Amino acid sequence: MSKPTHDSRLDPAATDDVYAAIMAAHDGLTDAQSHALNARLVLLMANALGDADEVATLCRTARVYAG
Amino acid sequence: MPAYEHTPEPFKRPPELDGGRSNAPVAIVGAGPVGLALAVDLAQRGVACTVLDDNNVVSVGSRAICWAKRTLEIFDRLGVGQRMLDKGVTWKVGRLFHGDDPVYDFDLLPEEGHAYPAFINLQQYYVEEYLLDRAKEFPDLIDLRFLSKVTDHTPTETGVALTVETPEGRYTLDADWMVACDGAGSPTRKRMDLAFEGQTFTEQFLIADIEMEGEFFDGPPERWFWFDPTFHPGKSALLHQQPDNIYRIDLQLDRDTDAESVADEETVLPRIRAIVGDRPFRLDWMSIYTFRCITLDRYVHGPVIFAGDSAHVVSPFGARGGNGGIQDIDNLGWKLAAVIAGEAPRALIDTYDTERRRAARENIVNSARATNFMTPKTPIEALFRAETLRMAHDQPFARRIINSGRLSTPCALTGEALQTPGTAPLEPGRALLDAPLGDDWLVRVMPDGFVLLGIGTVVLPDVAGIARMGIDQNADYPCYPDRDGYALDRYGRDRAYLIRPDGHVAAVFDTPTAQAVERARDRALGRMLEDA
Repeated sequence: MSKPTHDSRLDPAATDDVYAAIMAAHDGLTDAQSHALNARLVLLMANALGDADEVATLCRTARVYAG
Repeated sequence: MPAYEHTPEPFKRPPELDGGRSNAPVAIVGAGPVGLALAVDLAQRGVACTVLDDNNVVSVGSRAICWAKRTLEIFDRLGVGQRMLDKGVTWKVGRLFHGDDPVYDFDLLPEEGHAYPAFINLQQYYVEEYLLDRAKEFPDLIDLRFLSKVTDHTPTETGVALTVETPEGRYTLDADWMVACDGAGSPTRKRMDLAFEGQTFTEQFLIADIEMEGEFFDGPPERWFWFDPTFHPGKSALLHQQPDNIYRIDLQLDRDTDAESVADEETVLPRIRAIVGDRPFRLDWMSIYTFRCITLDRYVHGPVIFAGDSAHVVSPFGARGGNGGIQDIDNLGWKLAAVIAGEAPRALIDTYDTERRRAARENIVNSARATNFMTPKTPIEALFRAETLRMAHDQPFARRIINSGRLSTPCALTGEALQTPGTAPLEPGRALLDAPLGDDWLVRVMPDGFVLLGIGTVVLPDVAGIARMGIDQNADYPCYPDRDGYALDRYGRDRAYLIRPDGHVAAVFDTPTAQAVERARDRALGRMLEDA
């Protein structure tokens, strides 16, 4: 299956800010708590995107790497 | 037999040991790159200093090797930039590997029109040698004292009294200012019992310098970084080329590795062979290091000032240690000279503290993040990193997330007290940008001190104590043509910039009046600050 490619929509400094913020959100959690937090984050971000087609595309891309 | 041959500096008996007593306007503790750069900077401004170092040779081991463009421009101002460029290995591309596959490369200076490259690699011992040679060109202003260990210092009415131990005895040196450039383990800082705490990383890294004939890179030298290479599974590795056919290899070690057990050649050599293939090589220097990301709460304590690693330490990924230290000196030199000359209040020195702590925070955030990415602390951090690397093979957005070090860039001092707010392509607080001017370069033709720089049809007023320089102008001060349009691109047309002696923009003007320029200069000299 071909996968869509995704260019960066964040500038370099913001990319590092975002990654650091996600790591900080996980700080001190158990693996199970982190797993649950990831689920909440995905749902929150999908809602923030506000575009069902785009969410479907992202799901497809993410799924390709599960093989 | 190491590739670099150290020449010991002689001990010269100082006058204090024979009852003479010399007063040093500035005592610099430590003759590393930071201390020597400060000595040269001050000397070029006519300020005398005494440099004290407990050792008598330049750096043992290559240590700081990556020198960034902005730092090279500062070294140019200090008279050693060209020599460093000539000797150093120029590079600008960083290439990232995941496993054995290249996944990403980044160009740190994709644009033309700069005298100096994004980076050169040059061993710290050469940098110190060149600075030492330069310092010796000022015998009347720079008093170099080797094998002179500062063992104590106490405040006096006018400054500091330093106790100095030498092979021929102990003496006291009175100084108006003392600048501690005595490194990460700063004895000055410890003696003052100043808190120095921050993020400590438990990972150990091994540095190996190897000497290897022939060209390793097919094209221009690059910075190569591996995540999880087959020759070093589960860990990271970094490769840099240095002059004299020396290559630097950094290998991440297990967290709880017994340093002694891995630092032997039997363990290290096979990994190096896996990187370099069947080329013959010789191990030149090897060292194990750990690191912290820390800054002092204050860099100025009355007449005692901290600069470089004594004030702040960072992880090495991003080349922000040595470069940060030289940029400290760039900020401190002119301020110290202005205060000593009575042209500025002592409060100007406090702005060294605020401006450079801002830069240190920026360097610490960046180097800590790179290290966090490189050494995940929890399973979830490891998972995020693994998936980032996996997607980076074909997803451009994920490549940008990979963090093997965000390399040193100058700190913008926007909004700090010395700058007059204003709007321009290069806003107040930013470091100047180079551009080709005629047959020369902007960073090379900039006059000393404060400079009013005019581009296009702007009339520059004559203000005492401020040099003028024009681009695409005809006037009775030095003017240069904007050869290829870079200066106009970077600075905009028909405007003027007041540039501080360290090359940061102090103010911008559409129509500069003598009064406005003078006022901005006074502000940049701290004359409008409350004396602390």
